[in-house]
Amino acid sequence: MSTEDRPFASSDSSISQKGGMGQGIWSERIIEALIRAAGVSVIVVIALIFVFLLREGLPAFGEVGLGNLFSARWYPIEDLYGFRPLIAGSLLVTFGAILIAVPLGLVTAVYLGEIAPNWQREILKPLIEVLAGIPSIVLGFFGGVALAPLIQRIGAPTGLTAFTGSLILAFMSLPTIISIAEDALFAVPREYRDGSLAIGATQWQTIWRVLVPAARSGIIIGIMLGIGRAIGETMAVMLVTGNAANIPELSAGMFFQPVRTMTATIAAEMGEVAQGSLHYNVLFLIGITLFIITFLINSLAGWLVGGGRRRRSSQL
Amino acid sequence: MTPKQLQKIGMAGAGLVTALVVIPIVLVILFIIVNGFRAISWEFLTQPPTNGMTEGGILPAILGTIFLTLGTAVAALPLGIGAAIYLAEYAQDNWLTRLIRSAIINLAGIPSIVYGLFGLGAFVLFFNFGTSIVAGSLTLGLMTLPIVISTAEEAILSVPQEFRTVSLSLGATRWQTVRYKVLPNALPGIITGVILGLARAAGETAPILFTVAAFYLPRLPRSIFDQTMALPYHLYVISTQVPGMPLDNQYGTALVLLLTVLFFTVSAAVIRSIMRRRQEW
Repeated sequence: MSTEDRPFASSDSSISQKGGMGQGIWSERIIEALIRAAGVSVIVVIALIFVFLLREGLPAFGEVGLGNLFSARWYPIEDLYGFRPLIAGSLLVTFGAILIAVPLGLVTAVYLGEIAPNWQREILKPLIEVLAGIPSIVLGFFGGVALAPLIQRIGAPTGLTAFTGSLILAFMSLPTIISIAEDALFAVPREYRDGSLAIGATQWQTIWRVLVPAARSGIIIGIMLGIGRAIGETMAVMLVTGNAANIPELSAGMFFQPVRTMTATIAAEMGEVAQGSLHYNVLFLIGITLFIITFLINSLAGWLVGGGRRRRSSQL
Repeated sequence: MTPKQLQKIGMAGAGLVTALVVIPIVLVILFIIVNGFRAISWEFLTQPPTNGMTEGGILPAILGTIFLTLGTAVAALPLGIGAAIYLAEYAQDNWLTRLIRSAIINLAGIPSIVYGLFGLGAFVLFFNFGTSIVAGSLTLGLMTLPIVISTAEEAILSVPQEFRTVSLSLGATRWQTVRYKVLPNALPGIITGVILGLARAAGETAPILFTVAAFYLPRLPRSIFDQTMALPYHLYVISTQVPGMPLDNQYGTALVLLLTVLFFTVSAAVIRSIMRRRQEW
C-alpha cells in the first residue's frame, strides 16, 4: 500500500454491501452471524455469572435469617453468618488504600503527563506497567515476608493489619489510577493550557487550577475503577490482613488491627466446606454481594464515561 | 513566596512523590529476584516436589501454569476476537452495542474470586467437569475476555479507514475487507493484547482456587479433565498452608512466577515496538 496523503479521511464505514456475488455468500453470512453472536455473548456471559451465583447463593436466604446475616458475628461453626465484620473489613482496607493511592496516583499522573522530561517518562511508564502485571499473590507474599515485619517494628501488635492490606492494595491500584488520570489530563484541550499560560499563570498554577479541574470527571472515573479493583482484590489482601473476623472499633488505631475481608473469607473457607451446605451457600451470598457492589461501581463509571468512547484511532 | 518559587518547590515535590511510587516497584522486584535466585537450580525447575513439598522442585506447577495459559487462550480467543471484530466493524450505535459495552466494563470489574465462584458453580458442578484444567481454563478465559476484546478492538480501529474504503470500492465484500485487509494489519496489536491478557491469567490465583488447583500432585495431569498444580496456587499453598516450609522454596516459586508473567509482559512490549516501526501508515 502506498502511504500518500488521503484526502477523504473520514469516510463512512457503514457503506452497506450487498454480500458478495455468486459463491461465498452463504459462508459469509454464517461467519458474520458468528461474529455477531460473539459480540452478544458478552451480555450472556455476565448474565450467566449472575444466574449461577444466585443459583448457589439464594438457598442461603431461606435458611439464614436476615437478622443473622446483618449481625456482627461471623462464626460459621455455630451457624453465625453476620456479614458486618467482613463488610467492615473490606471497607476499611479499601478506604485506607484509596486514601493512600489517590493523592500519590494523581500527583504521579501530573508529573508523568505534565512535568517529567521525555527520558524519564520512557523509563517510568513501562515500570508502572510492570507493576500492573505483578501477580497479586506475589505482592501478597512480599507483603507477608517483608512489609508485615516492618509494620510490626513501628509499633503495631502484629504486622498483619488492615493498614498492611491498604498499603499493598494502594500499590496495586496505582497503575489503574495513574493511567486513567493521565489520559484524562492529556484529553484537556490545548487551548485551556495555552489560555492559562497566556494570561500569566505559571505552569504549576495551570496544572492545578485549570488542567486538573478540567480533567476532573476522568480522574473520578479512574478513582472509582481503582476502588472497584481494591474491593475485589483477594490474594494479596488475604496474605497480609491477618484475617480476624471482628469489627474494628472506630478509633485512631483501627487501621492497625487485623481484619478479614469479604474476598478473603470466600477464598479461605470455600476449600473446607461441603458443597451444598449452608456455609457453602452463604459464601456464594458474599460473592453475590461483591458482584453487586462492583457492578454498581462500574456501571456508574461506565455511565460517567457516557458516549465519550466514540470511534477514535488509538495510539497503542 | 512568588508563584515561580512555588512552582519550583511544587515540581520538585511532584518528582519526589513519583519516586515514592516508582522506587517500591523496583525494590519489590529486586527483593524477589535476589532472594529467589538462591533457590533456583536445575533440580528446582525440572523435578517434582518431594518430602511434603519441602524439597525437590516445582516442575508440575510450571507445566500446569503453561497448560492453563494455553487453555485460557483457546477459551478466550475466538469469543474475544469475534466480539472485537463485531464492535469495531459491524456494531451500530444503538442500545444493543451500548449494552455490550457496559457488559464488557462490568466483566472487567468483577473480582477474580467471584469468577472463581462462578467457575465452581457452573463448570465444576453444573457442567460436571470436576476440578479440572477445562474448568479452570474456561473460568480464566472468561476473566480474560474483557482485556482481549478491548485491546483487539483498539487494534482493529487503529487500522486506517481508507484501507476499508479502498477495499470496498474495489468490490470486496465487507467480510473480505475485514479478513484480508483489516485483520492482517491489526494482527500485531491483537497479539499484544492477547499476550497481556494471558499474562494476567497466568498469574491469577483466586479463579483457580476451587476450579482446577491440586494442593499437591507430584505427577503430570493425564488429560484436560484432570487436576493440575499451578504456580500462583502453589505459592499460596506453600506460603500459608504448609507449616515449616523453607523460605528459599517460597522465594524461588515467587521468582519463577514473577519471571513467567514479566516474560509475557516484556514480549508484548517488544512486539508493540516492532509493530510501531513497521506500521505502514
